[in-house]
Amino acid sequence: MNFFIKLSKIDRRFIYLFIALVVVLPLIFKPKFPVVVSKPVQDVYDYIEKLPEGSNVLISIDYDAASMPEQQPFLEALLRQLFKNKLKPILIVQWQLGAPLGTMGLEKIAKEMGAVYGVDYINLGYRPGYVAQMVGIGKEIRDYFKVDYKNILLDSFPMMKNVHNYNDIALLVGLEAGSTYLAWIEYAGGRFKQKIALALNAVSAPDAYYFYQSGQIVGLVGGMKGAAEYEVLVDKPDLAVAGMASQSYSHLVIILFIVLGNIAYFIEKGMKNKEGGK
Amino acid sequence: MLKGKGIPIFITFLVGMIMIISFFIPHKPFGDIEKISLNWYSIIAGFTMLLGVDSLIGMHFRKLKRKDENWFFSLVLILGFTATVVVGIIETVRFGTAFDDKSYFTYIYNYFIVPLQSTMFSLLAFFIASAAYRAFRARNFDATLLLITAIIVMLGRVPLGEQISPYLPKFTEWIMQVPQMAAKRGIGLGISLGALGVSIRIILGIERSYLS
Repeated sequence: MNFFIKLSKIDRRFIYLFIALVVVLPLIFKPKFPVVVSKPVQDVYDYIEKLPEGSNVLISIDYDAASMPEQQPFLEALLRQLFKNKLKPILIVQWQLGAPLGTMGLEKIAKEMGAVYGVDYINLGYRPGYVAQMVGIGKEIRDYFKVDYKNILLDSFPMMKNVHNYNDIALLVGLEAGSTYLAWIEYAGGRFKQKIALALNAVSAPDAYYFYQSGQIVGLVGGMKGAAEYEVLVDKPDLAVAGMASQSYSHLVIILFIVLGNIAYFIEKGMKNKEGGK
Repeated sequence: MLKGKGIPIFITFLVGMIMIISFFIPHKPFGDIEKISLNWYSIIAGFTMLLGVDSLIGMHFRKLKRKDENWFFSLVLILGFTATVVVGIIETVRFGTAFDDKSYFTYIYNYFIVPLQSTMFSLLAFFIASAAYRAFRARNFDATLLLITAIIVMLGRVPLGEQISPYLPKFTEWIMQVPQMAAKRGIGLGISLGALGVSIRIILGIERSYLS
């Protein structure tokens, strides 16, 4: 009894220590966990698989380094699938601090897959005012992105010659850490009927489920788990799959703490009731 | 004649109506007006960054000047901000872009900004664990229901759940797709209707709190 009472008053630094251990140790010892693919993730993958060769896929980087562990593995897995299927990614950025992350991921996978800049993929960088852009791209992408991220004219790239608006984009994939995706659904989806797939941080993924059920998005990749599922789908298990053990154990430890906290709570409550009865 | 507050209310009404009409009739002259408005929006959005910087630096300068508590952190912020801006400008002139592979700005980004942002976000795991331990109690029926659901979803959303039972991820998916979504949809509809109502009130000049 006393043990649980003492446990309820445990120094929070011990909790921090436990969490640190269950996050770090699996990353060192790499225990294997099977990753089962969920339907919303499978739907994104299947939709892309069915796109005709040469289709343009607009990727919007709407996250920064804080969400890197959740979004970067998905970006890389997605790019592997796109390049493998000879689809053409067009990268744009809505979060300034995400620009280097998008560029890093794009250049890494393009090099790995032998893709040529300006022919197989392009990086248009960041522009302020995302709502204006989302509506503007519906008319002419050059109104907002006259040049690429290195200030080279868009018309000098072969793959951009016939790209003008959403009609020339087969799918928009938003990698989202905040609520920018709402504007994508509202403007690109609602107004221009652009097909959209989303990858959201785990914390905000539940908010987008009703867009998935209503068919406003073709699929949904939620958090690092979704990224791990995508890595399995593209047959290249990487950082997200490696992170699954840490996530599994940390969830388990948090649950254990909640259970212990509740046992202590009920014991304490019982003791107080007894004292009150006397 | 329009006077005083009538002028901004009239401008709000006019712009609001043009934007609504151009949504449904994206042809001349509304399409062009919308395009100009969107360009203005982009320019104003760019300037909001300046406003943010001005507010942030101003606040920390005042803290530093008054030697308030933790003034040293304000000094670190001002020095860090100045160094980043100076390096960014120099490297943009040198390489044409601040994010060149050999740029010191890229170095600052990779070895300062990325670790700092990642650390801030990852601290959440520790705080959530501590807060859940102290505050997540089965005090009544509602709290118990929430507690059990949270435990099921936490297990079902990680591969460990699949190891425990193959039904756990399926049940989690059902929770996400049915009860969770019903609640979210209700909240979403409420927010949207509220936003619509406020927008109409602003356009019609009924809601004027933005003027004060």
